Amino acid sequence: MLAYTIRRILLVIPTLLAVAVLVFFVLRVVPGDIVEIKLAAEGGIISAEEIQKEKERLGLDDPIMVQFYKYMIGLPRGDLGISLWTENNVSEEIMSRIGLSFELAILSTILAVLIAFPLGTISALYRGSILDYVIRIITIGGIAVPSFWFGMLLIMLILATFGNLPPLGTISIFDDPKTNLYQMIWPALSVGYRYSSVVARMLRSSILEVLSEDYIRTARAKGVFERIVIVKHGMRNALLPTVTVIGLEFAFLLGGLVVTESVFNLNGIGKLFVDSVVRNDLNLLQGLVLTVATGFVLVNLIIDLLYAALDPRIRYQK
Amino acid sequence: MSELPLLDVRNLQVEFKLKNGTVRAVDNVSFQVNRGEFLSIVGESGCGKSVTALSIMKLLPKRVAEIKADYVKFDGQDITNLSENEMRKIRGRRMSMIFQEPMTSLNPVLTIGDQLTEPLITHLEMSEEEANNRAIELLNMVGIPEPEKRLTQYPHQFSGGMRQRVMIAIGLACEPDLIIADEPTTALDVTIQAQILELLKDICNRLGVAIIMITHNLGVVAAYADKVNVMYAARIVEKGGASDIFGKPSHPYTIGLLRSVPRMDKKRGGRLATIEGLPPNLMAPPSGCRFKPRCPMAADTCDSSPELKERAKGKNHFTACFYSDDANKKGASIYVSDKDKFKPIKVKKDKPVLSVRGLKQHFGVSFRSGWLSSVSGTVKAVDDISFDVYPGETVGLVGESGCGKTSVGRAILHLNLPTGGELKFNEKELNQKSVALVRQDMQVIFQDPFSSLNPRMTIGQILEEPLKVHKIETDEVARAERVSELLTKVGLYPYMRDRYPHELSGGQRQRVGIARALCMEPKIIICDEPVSALDVSVQAQIINLLEDLQRELGIAYLFIAHDLAVVKHISHKVIVMYLGKVMEIGDSDTIYGEPKHPYTKALLDAAPIPDPKKERGREKIILKGELPSPLNPPKGCVFSSRCNFVTEDCRKVSPELVDFDNNHLAACINIEGGK
Repeated sequence: MLAYTIRRILLVIPTLLAVAVLVFFVLRVVPGDIVEIKLAAEGGIISAEEIQKEKERLGLDDPIMVQFYKYMIGLPRGDLGISLWTENNVSEEIMSRIGLSFELAILSTILAVLIAFPLGTISALYRGSILDYVIRIITIGGIAVPSFWFGMLLIMLILATFGNLPPLGTISIFDDPKTNLYQMIWPALSVGYRYSSVVARMLRSSILEVLSEDYIRTARAKGVFERIVIVKHGMRNALLPTVTVIGLEFAFLLGGLVVTESVFNLNGIGKLFVDSVVRNDLNLLQGLVLTVATGFVLVNLIIDLLYAALDPRIRYQK
Repeated sequence: MSELPLLDVRNLQVEFKLKNGTVRAVDNVSFQVNRGEFLSIVGESGCGKSVTALSIMKLLPKRVAEIKADYVKFDGQDITNLSENEMRKIRGRRMSMIFQEPMTSLNPVLTIGDQLTEPLITHLEMSEEEANNRAIELLNMVGIPEPEKRLTQYPHQFSGGMRQRVMIAIGLACEPDLIIADEPTTALDVTIQAQILELLKDICNRLGVAIIMITHNLGVVAAYADKVNVMYAARIVEKGGASDIFGKPSHPYTIGLLRSVPRMDKKRGGRLATIEGLPPNLMAPPSGCRFKPRCPMAADTCDSSPELKERAKGKNHFTACFYSDDANKKGASIYVSDKDKFKPIKVKKDKPVLSVRGLKQHFGVSFRSGWLSSVSGTVKAVDDISFDVYPGETVGLVGESGCGKTSVGRAILHLNLPTGGELKFNEKELNQKSVALVRQDMQVIFQDPFSSLNPRMTIGQILEEPLKVHKIETDEVARAERVSELLTKVGLYPYMRDRYPHELSGGQRQRVGIARALCMEPKIIICDEPVSALDVSVQAQIINLLEDLQRELGIAYLFIAHDLAVVKHISHKVIVMYLGKVMEIGDSDTIYGEPKHPYTKALLDAAPIPDPKKERGREKIILKGELPSPLNPPKGCVFSSRCNFVTEDCRKVSPELVDFDNNHLAACINIEGGK
């Protein structure tokens, strides 16, 4: 297990390196120029000289390999350059937002797992019963309904019940956990509903599949309590595909909640993403892509390690 | 108390409620098992033998299965209406079960120790330490070395044979009164099968455990059973003592079944006897006697169902047939025999169609050994093999799984490029380039008729494809005609061209596989385990078909199989392989009659003969251990690590094939009389 873990962790380094290189070059292929957009926003007639001067100031007229060199040199120190638009440090810009996105992702995952595990298990164990049908309708709804729309319904529901909305402007969980949670629980719920539906359906089908395996019959033939048959012999095997789904959804939440963030007026990574694309802010954009990609790689690492913990066949594999 | 039978089943009936109807998988079955007795339930697949076993243990899915019975008394207690929890207390404690598939019957994510101690902790309320000690004792008993270490390992670290030993250990854990074994050795090699069955019989004799063994292998029944139930289409058609069933069978089905098995102990004759047709569909079984459509003695009386009647008072031999006396008297002669019409095919040995010289197939493999390092090695799947196949000849290739017999076939077909040696087809050299030119003349039939036909193509499309690809028949009408002709030739009907593979039975699918091979009019067909997935009666039909085609078209076969009796029946010449090397090669009758090599002898001893008198009378050498890792084969003679006659010299030199008599060669330094 230790050897596997170390090997798996070492593999992360080349993966991230490849991502960094790919992100840099792919983004330079995209047409458009931030200097023009920026100056155009200020109005008036802009001379070619002015554009040239601005480019020089931002280091955009350096040969591409020089830019690449500066970018790669900065990476190990966590220096992602400056935002071409706000001229703030990109790392700081991202750090100020990532906390919120991360909290939202974690909260949604907790909610999703709490909802999905009982639903999926009950649905599988009572297959074909009315309970199963009800659960399946709820979960298919979760997949069909867009999260942001469900979010808007939630906002209306809060208004109707409490008569007011959670305060605007995010309060850090470390300063005032109660208010923070009151603010965050709603977007988390709106995302978590869809999330839990995906997980519950996955869990249901993998439990059903596992319960028809030969070794489950062996366990029953041993006269083991049915509860133990399901929890010890069934669940661990059924968890494998479910863990993958949970992990991938989690990684997706780190950067993919653009609309939900708008609905609940949250300043997360999603909004920053949209801004950087619209403004053609290459430095910020590559920083963001790199951050989200790192998230994906790390989550995959965790999934792989969990897999190995759950399934001995992977641990000993070549 | 001890007068009572241990298990007394009266009128057991199991129905499966499916979407498209109800299937009565077990129909009014009654039988008894006494303490310490060995009962065998035999029959072809789908006859209800496994369902019978599972319904006694109440392990059938409750959603679809409905079990009814007058009573099922276990040790005097009727268990038909026991609650799930009361039943649970019996399962694993007083009766336990061993399943067919050792590969999938153990939980892959739990250690062997965990799975083995589970029933001990549940039923006997042992502490973890006590249970562990008992588990070590059990693993010792079933012959697993280093039990302490093995307890902490997972199923994937065990071989198939070892897993089945673990299953037996789990079954025996709480010292039950009854063990139900459902085809426990079907997935294993004959040598391992012999080890497992001897072990099971030995332990059960010692502990006085009764066994119900479900199997389709009549040899296994003959070797071990005290009593036999023969099932056909959900009913018991004959039951009695093993000597009665084998010696005086009196149901036409039993007679047919016994006759259609190829025999190792008899000289090669002509065709195999078969029971024509297929077992009925249980969704709509025929009224009256269910064997009637296939029975050579069927008469009008058979439209009503015959009862299971005792043949003579107190004999305990029951038959469900109106004409059982007649059947019993006439025996095998009730089936029309065309044995004499077909003499074995004589082979003219002038020009071989396929000539193999020093064939080698080595695979480079590498696997991870440490943190970041890997080790590479070579597996010599086929190592220096030579033989000839003449037109109209069948050469059998036998050996345990992993001995390289399939690799030989693949190397000849160039599905894997051979790494050494010389291949000649019709005296022309066969290499990567020239093989394309002779592909038409070299065809192949695969083992699994279920997965080797494309499920999305009709039978007609499957058969037409090669005709199109090789531009043999460009005209559409002519092609359709050719397909009809081929279907007729393999015993199917032209209208089946529009069917899809899933609409056919296993035997019919294998016939399609043969037709597909035939459509190129090949000179040689490589048959890779063509009948091992089929039931006995269907297997005989396919073997006959292959032989008839050979007689008619003069095709040569390279017949790769693990069933020694089948190979003996069909082959002119037999090659015995072990770890990529030829151990012995010679005429079929010579090899089986006077085997020279200790490995051949052990293989023959391990395969049981379906005749209790002969089987129990003969002395057997049972091979110990399993096939060594091909990555690290023993030094000197590859068989030395398992040979019972091994000497010091065997570990030093790799023996050459020595000619003993008229092309009978064996590779062993300890045989006298080599030329």
